[in-house]
Amino acid sequence: MPQDKETVERLSDLISSFMCHASGHLPDDVTKRLNEMREVETEGFARQIYDVMDENMKLADSLKRPSCQDTGLPQFFARVGAGFPYQNDLEASLVEAVKKATVRAPLRHNAVEVFDEYNTGNNIGHHIPWIDWELVPDSDELELYFYMAGGGCSLPGMAKVLMPLEGYDGIAKAVFDQMTSYGVNACPPCLVGIGIAGSAEVAAKLSKKALLRPVGSHNENPKAAQMETLIEEGLNSIGLGPGGLGGKLSCMGVNIEQASRHPATLAMGLSTACWAHRRAGIRIKPDFSYDFFTHKGASL
Amino acid sequence: MSTFHFTLPVTDEDIKKVHIGDVIYLTGDVTTGRDDVHHRVVVSGKESPVDLKGKAIFHAGPIMKKISSEGEEDKYKIISVGPTTSMRMEKAEAEFLAITGAKVIIGKGGMGPKTTQGCIDNTAIHTIFPGGCAVVAAEQCEDVEGVEWLDLGMPEAMWKLKVKEFGPLIVSIDSYGGNLIEDNKIRFNERKEKALAGLKGKLDYMS
Repeated sequence: MPQDKETVERLSDLISSFMCHASGHLPDDVTKRLNEMREVETEGFARQIYDVMDENMKLADSLKRPSCQDTGLPQFFARVGAGFPYQNDLEASLVEAVKKATVRAPLRHNAVEVFDEYNTGNNIGHHIPWIDWELVPDSDELELYFYMAGGGCSLPGMAKVLMPLEGYDGIAKAVFDQMTSYGVNACPPCLVGIGIAGSAEVAAKLSKKALLRPVGSHNENPKAAQMETLIEEGLNSIGLGPGGLGGKLSCMGVNIEQASRHPATLAMGLSTACWAHRRAGIRIKPDFSYDFFTHKGASL
Repeated sequence: MSTFHFTLPVTDEDIKKVHIGDVIYLTGDVTTGRDDVHHRVVVSGKESPVDLKGKAIFHAGPIMKKISSEGEEDKYKIISVGPTTSMRMEKAEAEFLAITGAKVIIGKGGMGPKTTQGCIDNTAIHTIFPGGCAVVAAEQCEDVEGVEWLDLGMPEAMWKLKVKEFGPLIVSIDSYGGNLIEDNKIRFNERKEKALAGLKGKLDYMS
């Protein structure tokens, strides 16, 4: 079935505008949390760094520029309604949107071909943009998340399979070890995403999906929600501060997502988002009307 | 904690004035260079096309926009430029300082013992620009004077920037062996052990 050129044009225009906006504006929940943290961080470098962060976001808005030079490897998480009428045009539209946003925003060229070791120059590469697909029954909408996976905040990423007797304590220890080593360099305060599952790749993927959940939201399982709070409080007691230069707090929050595990494995994955957590979510209806739900009030 | 304003190139005397925890602002020539530039200079043994003696090497991969027309000499405008994770250059930085004569490293996060020794041996410092604040940094760049090794791609090329009052740059490694982030890490690790001990028994969801 051939793609409909007009649909690809229209959809990619909308999605590239959405990407450009996301490159220079943080989602509402992240801005709110950073403002709350700034109120607490009143001493030393922490104060000064929060001031520069705030000035940076204001300048990015007024000059219409990407707020961080690392606009990341483009990743999409698409929840496609089974009745969404443009399924056949969607992948082509996402690729086209990346090409357009790369020129318009402009985004940094971040796709480096593995083995051949060259930068493709337009953010399109082997499996890039990375697209995660989910099919949603009884829906005719597209719910699309765009995530700019920066290098610095991708470095603490890890997944490993624990033996069940290492327990949930073992997961906490791995998170703490990673956050006090690699996390210091990952532009804290970070949002910490943890996935728990039966195998490494599922845990890793869930840890990234956990980062798509709003800052301050909680897992529906009360024990998981408790673990989120306990790890958040524990990390905050370390006081990494903004930029890892020390302060009263360490992270914007901890989000956990889980899948059932195998009786003999307890796999965990960790993903971190830097303070400039450029995640953006939009719902697009069949008539191309949209709800840019992570950035309320933004017009594209 | 003291604040210094230096014009590049800096002298050994300038560098000896500063200690970890001080803040400096730089005016003059700053050149970007990260993973691939360090690899080319230190591992492949190629000569840096930019004279870095007494100058600053900025761990950064900017977003640049070409503003010259077809047929004109290439001219670029800086859009965003912020520091990248300095630790990635740990393997090569000490040699890089010795080979190029660069005196100020600008990046984010800490660097390790090899670079700390390199800063002692070459009378150099490592400084931190607040991470993710790339538009603030871009606005402190007055001009893009040119680019070298553009074959490495936009983020990895050596971009020659003219900066004015570039900062705040927090001194994280000084020329006396001080390392602010490593000192912080010792404190962080002590608190980590305490935090983990506090979690004991609270996460026992296995029945």
